[in-house]
Amino acid sequence: MGLTREQIAMRVAQELQDGYYVNLGIGIPTLVANYVPEGMEVMLQSENGLLGMGPYPTEDQVDADMINAGKETVTAATGAAIFNSAESFAMIRGGHVDLTVLGAFEVDQNGNIASWMIPGKLVKGMGGAMDLVAGAQNIVVTMTHADKKGNSKLLKQCSLPLTGVNCIKKIVTDLAVMEIRDGRFHLIERAPGVSVEEIKQKTEGDLVVEGDVPEMTFA
Amino acid sequence: MAGFDKVVKTYEEAMAGLEDGMTVIAGGFGLCGIPEGLIAQIKTMGTKDLTFVSNNCGVDDFGLGILLQGKQIKKMISSYVGENAEFERQYLAGELEVELTPQGTLAEKMRAGGAGIPAFFTATGYGTPVAEGKETREFDGRPYVLEESITGEFAIVRAWKADRYGNCIYRDTAMNFNPMAATAGKITVVEAEEIVEPGELNPTEIHTPGIYVNRVIQGTFEKRIERLTLSK
Repeated sequence: MGLTREQIAMRVAQELQDGYYVNLGIGIPTLVANYVPEGMEVMLQSENGLLGMGPYPTEDQVDADMINAGKETVTAATGAAIFNSAESFAMIRGGHVDLTVLGAFEVDQNGNIASWMIPGKLVKGMGGAMDLVAGAQNIVVTMTHADKKGNSKLLKQCSLPLTGVNCIKKIVTDLAVMEIRDGRFHLIERAPGVSVEEIKQKTEGDLVVEGDVPEMTFA
Repeated sequence: MAGFDKVVKTYEEAMAGLEDGMTVIAGGFGLCGIPEGLIAQIKTMGTKDLTFVSNNCGVDDFGLGILLQGKQIKKMISSYVGENAEFERQYLAGELEVELTPQGTLAEKMRAGGAGIPAFFTATGYGTPVAEGKETREFDGRPYVLEESITGEFAIVRAWKADRYGNCIYRDTAMNFNPMAATAGKITVVEAEEIVEPGELNPTEIHTPGIYVNRVIQGTFEKRIERLTLSK
């Protein structure tokens, strides 16, 4: 049994540090905000121009002028700042955001990521994903380890058009925490009850397994 | 109009001079911060073969999406599109050209265009389909892509408050692309929620100085919400 979406988010939340500015992508990454450890302060950046994203509004607080990058209505947290799109991407591209979490279709052992385009299907666009992966020093990708047919998404080489090259160093999947170093995947942690064998079998790229690989722990 | 007074009374005056084939830069993110009345005026005018530079293309019956019905848009330069069925249909039928551009690159293209910078290097998109056919160069061992800036014959912008001289303040995340769009139009038209007299805005708080703005019109806004999400 692999992790649920919520558990993936819980594991990613362990990467947060007090005082971090964090950009969370759409989907599982968004859930990470629910698991910020107690007593820790993080500030969420939304690339449409909000640093310090608060919770969804109550019915009374709803304001069409306050949305996040997913076009959902949101509120501003205490101490938030609002700015234009060029400024927003200056902080992203300039490497000022401490942690970026985003989803992907595929990641390969050279740190390349494909997350925006499946040839033959309608292409809606990359939004801010290319800027985020190009600018961030610290990126965590969340994804399922394999697709529904069991095909690995952790590859020797991405097959889909890329979002960015040589930029991914850490991945949290439903089965494992992996790091990418020296052109290979390294198994860091296993999901509870998931065997190294299963992870090996579902990782197409070169995989390094050193010693006893610990299970993830959730507080 | 006298002196610096840029206020026009009608939407006809606001969009006068827009012709078939022109490029229009539009502020807004999704349906947030879009110049609703100016878009409606373009629909009324029926101007065709327009290129729009805008992060998104609205939905079927609101925002730039309403210009798709009369096939007024020839090309979209955007980071994310296809929230509307008619867009998808025209795109797949080859009736609509789309130049997908990373969101930060799009914002910087507008900013640079308005600032007189013809092109810039960015790491965004290197090694991806976005970089195909573009010049690349290494700086400090890292490869970058040369991206050209964008200007338009028109820019359409929504402000919260504008004074008669065209100084503008935006409200909350309705700011988004509007300040960059305002700088990048040969003719920049601001549709404001409220027009005030010169001197009423605090000069320190102005986001867009009036020098970028040619026309100001009082708008009324529906402010439709694309995804209503509430806390439980």
